[in-house]
Amino acid sequence: MTEGTRQTPLYEEHVALGARMVDFAGWQMPVQYAGIIEEHNAVRSDVGIFDVSHMGEFRFFGTGAKPALQRIITNDLDKIDEVGSALYTMMCDDDGGIIDDLIVYHSGDAEYLIVANASNRETDWDWITSHLPDGVEAVDESDRTALIAVQGPHALSVVRELAEEGWVAPQRFELAEATLGGIGVLAARTGYTGEDGVELFCHEAQAVAVWRMLLSFPEVTPCGLGARDTLRLEMGYPLYGSDMDRGVDPVSAGLGWVVPKAKTGFIGAEAIARVREAGPENKLVGLTVSEGVPRHGYTVLHGSDAVGKVASGTFSPTLGHGIATAYVPVALAAEGTELTIEVRRKVVPAVVTRPPFVKDTSLSATRS
Amino acid sequence: MYPKDLKYDREHEWVRIDGDVATIGISHFAQDQLGEVVYVDLPKAGDPINAGDTFGEVESVKSVSELYSPVSGEIVEVNDALDDAPETVNAEPYGDGWMIKVMLSDPAEVDGMMDADGYEAFLAEEA
Repeated sequence: MTEGTRQTPLYEEHVALGARMVDFAGWQMPVQYAGIIEEHNAVRSDVGIFDVSHMGEFRFFGTGAKPALQRIITNDLDKIDEVGSALYTMMCDDDGGIIDDLIVYHSGDAEYLIVANASNRETDWDWITSHLPDGVEAVDESDRTALIAVQGPHALSVVRELAEEGWVAPQRFELAEATLGGIGVLAARTGYTGEDGVELFCHEAQAVAVWRMLLSFPEVTPCGLGARDTLRLEMGYPLYGSDMDRGVDPVSAGLGWVVPKAKTGFIGAEAIARVREAGPENKLVGLTVSEGVPRHGYTVLHGSDAVGKVASGTFSPTLGHGIATAYVPVALAAEGTELTIEVRRKVVPAVVTRPPFVKDTSLSATRS
Repeated sequence: MYPKDLKYDREHEWVRIDGDVATIGISHFAQDQLGEVVYVDLPKAGDPINAGDTFGEVESVKSVSELYSPVSGEIVEVNDALDDAPETVNAEPYGDGWMIKVMLSDPAEVDGMMDADGYEAFLAEEA
């Protein structure tokens, strides 16, 4: 298949809804329908749905699956001993460089489901399967699995209306089966927007039916990758390829919490322990900008010294100003530190801000 | 979408001529491609400008676009209202979403620009 030609099972739906399609990691994906700000606001105030079927879904079976995956990921599968629970984790190389960020679901007895970024699907599959011992069965279900994220303060009420009577929604970072209008799906209470909601896994042949069912609610807005990016950056959630890659370790990326200090024996453990002991040189911080829009690659300055580059940057529709992340020397990483960003012809002030940039979301309500 | 009384350039600006003064903005196509405009950075009235020079930039959520003047002269007026309401560029690209007015030093420059039909043909070719 040539670059940019892969389509999700919802491709025709996006085109029919008037979406602007773009090439994303070799996939034809909707960047926006009505407009990024409108879609963004729909997720913050109501419900938005996203086609994320381009992501990878891998299943692992067998009693050897847990120890094998424990060696591959940084986080600790003991935290999800209970079937139906989920874990955010990094997967690193021997140098501690991040290969991808993943969600691992304990999807059944001696069974795990891993969701991988679309841009890393093949790399991840090759990496994981090349590190599996005999006896662990691995199945790449990506092509036959559709994934629809339903996000927003009213997301759960929409899903509840579609589900069978008496359906009990999963708790945050848990997984539950559901039958929506007669279609069996797997609903994971996870998301990437800072709002409450679920991600619905279903067979690709049923994606259109699920998508249309959700859209039949007037409060549901179809949302593209544009709004997905502004929403996730308002929460300070990292994006693979912008905020992290093979060149950075989880501790420097501010993701030390997905590498439990007590865990050893996983790939990259020694390298990450060394960074932890010596302290990272640079650190990913949040930046608030009052003027202009910071974007990936723009130079961050301290006085006249270039001290870093913008990793992710955008205009925050909720706040009405620019927000960004950037790697800066640890000495300049304290909250409130005043830096500047070269926004093309201008140098604009930027203040180190601890994410999330937007705090009172429906997700923060479910946490309290 | 492309008023007949305007002239267009390949950078998707339009000009409207009124005597010696050219009003400049961006086309429907340009605003649509940008998406929701969140900032418009414009020069000051009184600045000189040459055809082909950048005179500012338009930021949308997803992208940024430089503004190029199709004409030479002196900037005599700037649409400061866009500071507070940049979305006007999306809503009324040919009306209240105008950007600058230039007192023309070489009115013949406008003759080299495309008319509405020519611009539409250019867009079809680009697509």
